[in-house]
Amino acid sequence: MRLTPVDVVLLGLHGLRTRKARAALSALGIAIGIATMVVVTGVPASSGRALDARLATLGTNLLRVHPVTVGDQPEPLPAESIGMVRRIGPVAEVSAVANLHTVARRSDRVDEHDASGLTVLAGRTDLLPAIGARLSSGRFLTEATARFPVAVLGWEAGSRLGVAAVRPGEPLPQITIGNRRFVVAGVLAPAPLAPDLDTSVVVGWEVAERALGFDGHPTVLYVRAAEANLEDVRAVLPATVNPRLPGMVDVSRPSDALAAKRATATTFGSLVLGLAGVAVLVGAVGVANTMVVSVLERRREIGLRRALGARRGHIRLQFLAESTALSVLGGVAGTALGSGAVVAYAMGHSWPVSIPSWVAAAGLGGATLVGVIAGVYPAVRAARLPPTEALASP
Amino acid sequence: MTEVLALERVTREYPGGVRALDDVSLVVTRGELLGIVGPSGSGKSTLLNIMGTLDLPSRGTVRIGGEDVTRLSDRRLSDLRGARLGFVFQQFHLTEGTTAVENVATGLLYAGVPRRRRRRLAEQALERVGLGHRLRHLPHQLSGGEKQRVAIARAVVNEPDLILADEPTGALDTATGDSVLNLLTGLHADGATIAVITHDADIAARLPRRVTVRDGRIVSDHAEGGTPCA
Ligand SMILES: Nc1ncnc2c1ncn2[C@@H]1O[C@H](COP(=O)(O)OP(=O)(O)O)[C@@H](O)[C@H]1O
Ligand SMILES: [Mg+2]
Repeated sequence: MRLTPVDVVLLGLHGLRTRKARAALSALGIAIGIATMVVVTGVPASSGRALDARLATLGTNLLRVHPVTVGDQPEPLPAESIGMVRRIGPVAEVSAVANLHTVARRSDRVDEHDASGLTVLAGRTDLLPAIGARLSSGRFLTEATARFPVAVLGWEAGSRLGVAAVRPGEPLPQITIGNRRFVVAGVLAPAPLAPDLDTSVVVGWEVAERALGFDGHPTVLYVRAAEANLEDVRAVLPATVNPRLPGMVDVSRPSDALAAKRATATTFGSLVLGLAGVAVLVGAVGVANTMVVSVLERRREIGLRRALGARRGHIRLQFLAESTALSVLGGVAGTALGSGAVVAYAMGHSWPVSIPSWVAAAGLGGATLVGVIAGVYPAVRAARLPPTEALASP
Repeated sequence: MTEVLALERVTREYPGGVRALDDVSLVVTRGELLGIVGPSGSGKSTLLNIMGTLDLPSRGTVRIGGEDVTRLSDRRLSDLRGARLGFVFQQFHLTEGTTAVENVATGLLYAGVPRRRRRRLAEQALERVGLGHRLRHLPHQLSGGEKQRVAIARAVVNEPDLILADEPTGALDTATGDSVLNLLTGLHADGATIAVITHDADIAARLPRRVTVRDGRIVSDHAEGGTPCA
């Protein structure tokens, strides 16, 4: 006689139903393993999604051009380099900053030597769109304000100088740069593609030349170019920027650093994934152990079923179904647990939730497989038991 | 008279040289109620196991429904037990944590009866043994006599050709044992063929045919009215 699939499933659940606590405990091992798998893949996947979304808005077509540092002072870039770069065909935007090597303080009563550790930069008025940064409050430099002692603070610089925000309708805060007073027109939001800006104070190009002894040589150029031609642009940038000493010019792509973070997270993830796999295997050994004990305890039941007409195959199937049910329950619980953890973690970081469906599928499929394998030995032992011996068991 | 089961010169030796059955021949015909009686260790359980195809003889043949079962595969033997035989054991062998109905329905599981029909037939069988009011009870909620009735319902639910009961009253007090025996005689009156194993001569005395076993041999075989069977 063939048992229907429903009967097989019911037989598999029968043993678990009558020994719930033990079933729960032995499924726990697998549940923990699967939950770990879901977490170690789901968390980096969610953070990766968040990073992708950020890269998509920031753009990956930004290049940063800066002089190679030899000794103390980097060789400054030629003043005309901005115009030269603008003439490269695929270049869409060029902007620049220049280090003014002076200090910014809250006021002139703060000693110059315990200044804030901030960098003071001269910045072009078109800086923000080029680096994909936004203002957190106030305004950026304009053609008009670039000539006057007006400063814009990076995110971190704002908090160090005690200017968290510039509020409309209130008098503009003041700071001291060098020995001159500047008003603060705005504070930037964090700039992921130009993180050095976060600890900088930006003033206009002209006011820097007039009042802070700036010689007009940019320190860093930011170049946006069509993505398809980015490598070509990158190749010609050093010679364009500094035809005399192209070897003294370095070009980097800030989005690579962000993408590298993601790669690191993935490498780390695969290590933990391997450990989670080991946890699932240990869970499987637990299930096999539970099943061996279960077979020993239920010899009389096995004998009775044989007397009622169960074939060896039916007994085998029953115990295989039981260990599979045990593992699948563990797998489902683990997937639910792990997904819950990923959702909570991602929401805590305001990331979009991403649980790769292959992980859930592999987790459940793996648990099923593990259950079948763990059940083989106990099931074969149960089926081999001679009916008379089984019935005579104490 | 239709032969239900026949043993021909059956010997069963256990490893180590114990000869639990020695050249035993026995025929059971349709509608019989026989007692197999003998002292402890005389070979009664071995005999029942061989009659029920749970064990095979070392020598000799066992026919059930005219077919020599000693040549059948384990798979065919299992099917035959599920279709033609019913067992009642001294220790009831009910499955803990499952209701009376489910225990009885298991008697039909391996005969390929659809699930819904199994339930209905199990309920009917429980009513037949007087447990219509205990359908959803779990084994630990039942008395010893009720447990054995559930076991008997499980044995009869597939209308077997032969019911084999090994010391069915052995774990019960006298009064309860009597009522279980009355249930078996009642089933016999309705047409069932039943073999009851007992070491209790008083119980055997109430059965129409008595086969006495000693040291693995049949020493007497009396039917109602004192005429020995051939
Ligand atoms: N599995 C076995 N292995 C060895 N000897 C056995 C086994 N089962 C029963 N015996 C022996 O066979 C004899 C008959 O046993 P059994 O059929 O159980 O008798 P009864 O049921 O009449 O008490 C006894 O001597 C017993 O010790
Ligand atoms: Mg016995």
